[in-house]
Amino acid sequence: MKKLAAIAFLLTAMGCFILSCQSSEDIEFKRHYAGGMLLYQTHCQNCHGKNGEGLSALIPPLTDTNYISKNRHKLACFVQNGANGIINVSGKFYEGSMPPSGLSPIEIAKVLTYVGNSFGNKTGLINLNQVQKDLKECK
Amino acid sequence: MKKLTGLLLPVLMIAACTSNHTGKTLPIYGEREPVTKALNSQQVTDTVYHTIPAFKFINQFGDSITDKSLNGKIYVADFFFTSCPSICPIMHRNMLNVYNAFKDEKDINIISFSIDPKHDSVAVLKKYADGLGISGNSWWLLQGDKMATYDLSKSFLVTTPKEDEKEKFIHDGYFILIDKQKRIRGSYDGTNEEQVKQLIEDIKTLKAEPAETAK
Ligand code: HEC
Repeated sequence: MKKLAAIAFLLTAMGCFILSCQSSEDIEFKRHYAGGMLLYQTHCQNCHGKNGEGLSALIPPLTDTNYISKNRHKLACFVQNGANGIINVSGKFYEGSMPPSGLSPIEIAKVLTYVGNSFGNKTGLINLNQVQKDLKECK
Repeated sequence: MKKLTGLLLPVLMIAACTSNHTGKTLPIYGEREPVTKALNSQQVTDTVYHTIPAFKFINQFGDSITDKSLNGKIYVADFFFTSCPSICPIMHRNMLNVYNAFKDEKDINIISFSIDPKHDSVAVLKKYADGLGISGNSWWLLQGDKMATYDLSKSFLVTTPKEDEKEKFIHDGYFILIDKQKRIRGSYDGTNEEQVKQLIEDIKTLKAEPAETAK
């Protein structure tokens, strides 16, 4: 009987631990998302639009969920270094140029968490670790 | 009697002025001066309004465009450059709404002056127009002499563009509404969606303005 109580105690403790773990990730997500929204408004929205709609054939939209999830590890490099050359988004070709954003890695993590979870995208949290790893792979 | 007419005249003039404002009309901007001239042996006082002076530029098709190309037209003007990283994309996202509202109306035009004519050649402007998805002759992207462009910007009462190391050029994002007499009738922040909606309404008001006020 004592054993059972001990197991039950352990299980609840583990449960609590996992729950609190999740909610701290949740908090991290929310923090990134909220900060990212502000960064988006000041650094990206002029070009990509309030709803990520882009601008005709000049600026690609951020609503292509396939493109965003497939390229999620390249996005940090785009935001840090800018993007040039022809890219294919939503079946259309874009040949504009995006200037380097001047954002720090933590800011990039925030803005990408926002973009990655808005406009229909669902990449989940993109944190500093991830961004730093992705930035090492920039071409 | 002469005294009386002297008194009456201003009163009548004020009355004439205010009667313009029953029906909705748009204000007329810029400096104005009364000019008295002899007409049929009578002294007539007319108000001379600020108007857009003569100009000559080239559009995205390589055609020459002058102030005369806009005779008899209401038009909206702005200043931009194709490689602008800051406010131009918002301005032209909003200007597309104006374009779409009036592209089939022959007497309404949009003209966008490039403030970076060195980079924005006719070919670059054409490519930008294609990218923007505009066609036909209702929205002209213009380029010409840089100093002439900067000078002309003054007559549209916008801030004269300035070159800048970081942003390349600093300019304001105003859309200026010009009537058929080349007078300024409105000025709207082109980066503000609400103000651009107002511009679209004001163009309709201006179009409906009776011919006598728009003599
Ligand atoms: C000056 C306008 C401009 C600004 C500001 C800008 N972008 Fe871009 N962005 C572009 C253009 C143009 C491209 C396409 C580049 C190409 O053709 O290679 C692009 C491409 C992208 C792409 C990859 C293609 C796609 O649509 O998914 C992403 C992601 C992106 N931008 C995110 C951002 C984020 C996040 C910010 C803010 C930190 C930002 N951009 C700021 C113009 C801009």
